[in-house]
Amino acid sequence: MDVFLQLTISGLANGMVFALAAVGFVIVYKSSDVINFAQGELLLCGAYLCFTFVVQAGLPWGVGVAATVVAAAAVGLLIERFVLRPLIGEPVISMIMATIGLSSVLKAVIQGIWGARPRGFPDLFPDGVVRLGSATVGIDQLLTIVVAAVLLAALTVFFRVTREGIAMRAIADDQQAALSMGISIRRVLAVAWMMAAAAAAVAGLMLGNLVGLSQDIGFVGLRVFPVVILGGLDSIRGAIVGGAVIGLLEAYTGGYVGHGLHQIVPFLVLILVLMVRPYGLFGKPIIERV
Amino acid sequence: MRSGVFFTTYEADMGLRRTPFEKARLGFFVAAAVVFPFVASPYWLTLANQIAIATVGAIGLNILVGYSGQISLGQGAFMAVGAYGAGILTLRLGVPFWAGIPLASLLTAAVGLLFGLPSLRLKGLYLAIATLAAQQIVEWVVTHWTALTGGTEAMVLPAPTLFGERVNTDFRFYWIAVGAAALTALLTANLFRTRVGRAFVAVRDQDVAASAAGVNVFSTKLLAFATSSFFVGMAGALIAYYRAIVNWERFTLDTSIVYLAMIIIGGLGSISGSFFGAAFMVLLPAAIGNLGRSLQQSSPEVAALLPAVQQGAFGVVIILFLILEPEGLAKLWRNVKDYFRLWPFSY
Repeated sequence: MDVFLQLTISGLANGMVFALAAVGFVIVYKSSDVINFAQGELLLCGAYLCFTFVVQAGLPWGVGVAATVVAAAAVGLLIERFVLRPLIGEPVISMIMATIGLSSVLKAVIQGIWGARPRGFPDLFPDGVVRLGSATVGIDQLLTIVVAAVLLAALTVFFRVTREGIAMRAIADDQQAALSMGISIRRVLAVAWMMAAAAAAVAGLMLGNLVGLSQDIGFVGLRVFPVVILGGLDSIRGAIVGGAVIGLLEAYTGGYVGHGLHQIVPFLVLILVLMVRPYGLFGKPIIERV
Repeated sequence: MRSGVFFTTYEADMGLRRTPFEKARLGFFVAAAVVFPFVASPYWLTLANQIAIATVGAIGLNILVGYSGQISLGQGAFMAVGAYGAGILTLRLGVPFWAGIPLASLLTAAVGLLFGLPSLRLKGLYLAIATLAAQQIVEWVVTHWTALTGGTEAMVLPAPTLFGERVNTDFRFYWIAVGAAALTALLTANLFRTRVGRAFVAVRDQDVAASAAGVNVFSTKLLAFATSSFFVGMAGALIAYYRAIVNWERFTLDTSIVYLAMIIIGGLGSISGSFFGAAFMVLLPAAIGNLGRSLQQSSPEVAALLPAVQQGAFGVVIILFLILEPEGLAKLWRNVKDYFRLWPFSY
């Protein structure tokens, strides 16, 4: 039972990080139909930026994290302006390749600035363990879950009530109608990329806090795909649920089955979902069948 | 002054190379390919072999992505099947080299059929994500099915023999690699002049219209996957015999991405583009590597940045091509040809 509880907590912690990364992915997909293969590198970028602000510049945690979010949003803005905007209206494969190229560039820049060797990440959350019944779980894991849940709730509210959020939903629904209502698509797309990058940065720094800072954080970018497919490509709620499910599934498989099977269980789920219900749990069932 | 190209027979009109000039150009390239290994240094021979093998793989991927419109991120997995297939056939069953390549290619085609099944229900980016998952799963199987593949240990092959000669130098392998590339190009060029090949293109352009015109979309897509993976598997098998070693690091998602980059940079739906892209993607890292070695003495701190530069250049090149010349190097080559065809009255 205590093993189960520990696995649940660590799975949820990872899952919430996946969910944050996936929400960034969904925001971009919803507003511009772009599949972002560079999400993992945005996570990496956020983690390293935070490292720079907090360790190398010596800023206090709150300021450091805020600076990370702002810097990441600036990166997102640059990406939208110089890579994605010239490609509006191009076929799917061009978009996919553009973001793949982007991930390569980001990786190179990160490696060029910070080097390839893993670094110790400072503790964002206090170290130590809590006893829940007979199980011991890390405080950092619990706090990760709480903080991510709060952020995800805030994002959900943002889409429900704010002007920007509603404009984004309008664009996702029908670009022409949104345009005729006076919504600036360029502006909204720029905001979408800024938010995606910022969400990824927060996910990245929390992951850095959990597992340490190295290029491996970028691999979460691939884990985002099972999450968003399971939840539905265009659903924020889906990204949250999908993240939790995939995180738990990985933890349980890793804990109970082993053999490194947890690395591919998400992808088996992905294939299964695509075969049975391609629009996921909460996605709009408008995917074109062939 | 010739104002155009006019044919009076169907045979002349259907030729792959139709004008005397085109035939002369082809002859020139064939002659150049034959003379090349006798004059080139060993370093350039290595590069030429890599380019020839990559050309086979790139044409294979182009059949699927460029001609049939099915996006695949599973190229590395297909090549792994071809390479491990060749390795297992050679080591376990003692199949000779000349039979190993076609058998491994056929095996890959069968696996390609399996990979193609999701394409019956999915298209566009959903298919891309499905093949991404397939790539991850194949990678896992290759590294964990130790009894068959040796897991993360490399599989070492003996040097292949052909007609009693050991094919163990770059010079000898050149003829096999270039021969395979030429054969692949010829077969593919002819494929797209047949009913099947045109059906691939029809499905790419508009699947509903294609099915209205009597094309069976399902079987066409599956056939596209099988044909494509046949050649991709051939590239994998060639790599296995060329390197005489099969290791899984060579067939990861990065491989899939490099090959996609080849056909994007070279030109989607173009055979010459596949070759240009393959050459570009082999020569670019080699050039950067050479630059780094020459900088090693004068400025080691710049040379230390080299892996990052290589990776960054790769991404920048992809993005620049997508934005500035989406039709790739094949389009540039066509522009050059058009310029000289109309010279001096080009405008």
